[in-house]
Amino acid sequence: MAVDQSLVGRSFPPTAPYTVTEVAVRAFAEATGGEYAGGPAPATFPIVLAFDAMNAFLEAERLDLFRIVHGEQRFAYERPVVPGDVLTATLSVASLRQIGGNDIIGTASEITDADGALVCSTNATLVHRGPDAS
Amino acid sequence: MTDNRTLEPKTYTLTRADLVAYAEASGDHNPIHQDEEVARSVGLPGVIAHGMYTMALAARAVADWYPGAELVSIGTKFTAPVVVPAAGGVEVEVAGEAKEPVDGLTTIALTVTSGGQKVLGMPKAVVRAP
Repeated sequence: MAVDQSLVGRSFPPTAPYTVTEVAVRAFAEATGGEYAGGPAPATFPIVLAFDAMNAFLEAERLDLFRIVHGEQRFAYERPVVPGDVLTATLSVASLRQIGGNDIIGTASEITDADGALVCSTNATLVHRGPDAS
Repeated sequence: MTDNRTLEPKTYTLTRADLVAYAEASGDHNPIHQDEEVARSVGLPGVIAHGMYTMALAARAVADWYPGAELVSIGTKFTAPVVVPAAGGVEVEVAGEAKEPVDGLTTIALTVTSGGQKVLGMPKAVVRAP
């Protein structure tokens, strides 16, 4: 089933506040083969927030995660993420098109801190593989 | 562009165990990164690395090249899957060309390959560095 075009422009509710811990940052750094000795989180750490927002979006739209393939991702930073930050992500659907039975969903998420200040904006293209996709 | 600077390529090895650790750390439990059958059922050649895993390696290379520098942006397309075998691992190489800085910002054109094939499309990072 194709994704509904009326989604474009829609914003989803902000994710529950997420407290960045040293433990979480270290686990993320080590999982990608790096080390963590304190300070800013790895650059792609905000994906944790963006992914949370995406999951809520998929659930709301009854889309299966296993049919999603990541097409594109971009981060623009206002400042690095550091342990102690309390972050939320707000996702909106920027674009939608159908190609060969796949839905190509463009999303934009803004990640803000406890003061409401923007930490990072991130754009993702999600490819939703339809059952009859080529 | 004669003033581009070639950065020393970085090679990383990733295994299925790394994908499990990354799923835990990132919250991305998509089974296409763990389960061969599910991956094949959606037309993939096998278990593939999270695109974000490969992107994290690209970001790591940039952080290694420019320690302590502020990262302004990083972006990529995911053009080819990195298939991770059940046994052993797969190598990912990150190469970079730094352009001449403009207004204190350095753009790095990255080339990320696995088995000689490009896996990221036009990956690019911008750092605030001299």
